[in-house]
Amino acid sequence: MTKSYLSLELIDKTFERGGKRTEVLKEVSLSVDKGEFISIIGHSGCGKSTLLNIVAGLTQATSGVVLLDDKVADEPGPDRGVVFQNHSLLPWLTVYENVRLAVDKVFSATRNRQERHEWTMRNLELVQMAHAADKRPAEVSGGMKQRVGIARALSMEPKVLLLDEPFGALDALTRAHLQDQVMQIHATLGNTVLMITHDVDEAVLLSDRIVMMTNGPSARIGEILDVPLARPRRRIDLASDRTYLKCREAVLKFLYERHRFVEAAE
Amino acid sequence: MSVTNLMLKPQAPPQPSANVIALERTAGPGNDSRLPRLVATAATNLLPLLVTLSLFILAWQIACSSPESSLPAPTRVLEESWELIAHPFYNGQGVDQGLFWHVFASLQRVALGYAMAAAVGVALGTLVGQSALAMRGLDPIFQVLRTVPPLAWLPLSLAAFQDGTPSAIFVIFITAIWPIIINTAVGIRNIPQDYQNVARVLRLNGLEYFAKIMLPAAAPYIFTGLRIGIGLSWLAIVAAEMLIGGVGIGFFIWDAWNSSLISDIIVALIYVGIVGFLLDRLIALIGRAITRGTANG
Repeated sequence: MTKSYLSLELIDKTFERGGKRTEVLKEVSLSVDKGEFISIIGHSGCGKSTLLNIVAGLTQATSGVVLLDDKVADEPGPDRGVVFQNHSLLPWLTVYENVRLAVDKVFSATRNRQERHEWTMRNLELVQMAHAADKRPAEVSGGMKQRVGIARALSMEPKVLLLDEPFGALDALTRAHLQDQVMQIHATLGNTVLMITHDVDEAVLLSDRIVMMTNGPSARIGEILDVPLARPRRRIDLASDRTYLKCREAVLKFLYERHRFVEAAE
Repeated sequence: MSVTNLMLKPQAPPQPSANVIALERTAGPGNDSRLPRLVATAATNLLPLLVTLSLFILAWQIACSSPESSLPAPTRVLEESWELIAHPFYNGQGVDQGLFWHVFASLQRVALGYAMAAAVGVALGTLVGQSALAMRGLDPIFQVLRTVPPLAWLPLSLAAFQDGTPSAIFVIFITAIWPIIINTAVGIRNIPQDYQNVARVLRLNGLEYFAKIMLPAAAPYIFTGLRIGIGLSWLAIVAAEMLIGGVGIGFFIWDAWNSSLISDIIVALIYVGIVGFLLDRLIALIGRAITRGTANG
């Protein structure tokens, strides 16, 4: 029906625990074009991570469907590279081996050993982690771990990159650095990206469109904001840019005026 | 004369004793500075042990020094069992063997029973940890069976195998397997959801998941089980061998008791303790080498 690359159609999600039903998401529909960078923002508990997990195939939607490149995506797969919130690197493998595991799995049939090695290194270079290839995750910083997580996701050549609050656990400076890197990768590779965030500046800086979720239960998409800022974007120039400030204000108003975070009754 | 000698000493460059130089050469070039530090750490670690050990032996000596004491004092142990202490590799007829051979025979039984327990234990633990159904079906049985004392299995296994050695091996197996199963199951059950998600995104198949995620993630738990298992095995073998006879450290102790060779028992106990300690350390060492880096970071 739609011609969009990734489309979420009427996604409902109800959790059932001990006979008690909680509706988390209600009729969430979204169309994403190829190469678009979309942020999903909302207060904690609004089901945005659940939504990402549904797109990733890690959680089943109660009803509704996710279409990626005209195919139903209801199981996890390497066509949707996920960068998890807490990096999720395997601690017993080195940085290189963590990426190589993904490369070996996805390209075992199409590329030979040497090509897979080169591809692994290419992706580590892309996130500037080639120098630490032989280190274990425990030996590198949090920001570096997240970069390896990004390299692992990118190395699978996913159709869409799913970022689940990728910089949430990092300090502000490291976060800014990684945001720049993600922007650069997006500019170079032109990936389609879906990012969960709760950081307004991050959302405005990185996205083409910002999807704002209402509070749960039964969260839905409240508003979608276009960010008509030219790329490449530089955070210093944007700090006083009128469009930037207006977008920022719009998101803030949505989050703190119209859909203030109310502590759940339970 | 002696006074001038003493005064000269500090002026001479510090000369390590001949012993130290010899050690330094075997250690290879380039660690001149490491050796004194090594000696220092050895001293700080070993000195308290040596002190308590000497105090213990002294107390023992005093306590057992009276002629009508029922247990021998250390000096008497040395005296009476010198043959045994001096010739661990003695090779005689039948069960008349040096202590090394007794320990070796026991270790062989432990190795066999323990290896089987490790293989079966990890497999069963994986099954129970992985499947809620298997857990519900098997876990209660495990919890009951693991409380059965090792020796209680011996008559049953003698009846089944009609022979001492396989019965002893079975007792080792059945003793060591429970902590291995239970710890493996806990390790498998505790694999973080994150790793499972990674496996699902990468679409790892069952075998890949087992080898690349499950085993390494559960390895620290598995090795905890293996370490408890080896300790229990060594406890059980001594007791089992007392009953089955033949060459083995357990039967040696029982035999010495029957011949009223109390000093021999004491020497054998020291062997048992040291071997048990070394077994524990061996498994701990292997565990540390294999699980290096599995700690979350």
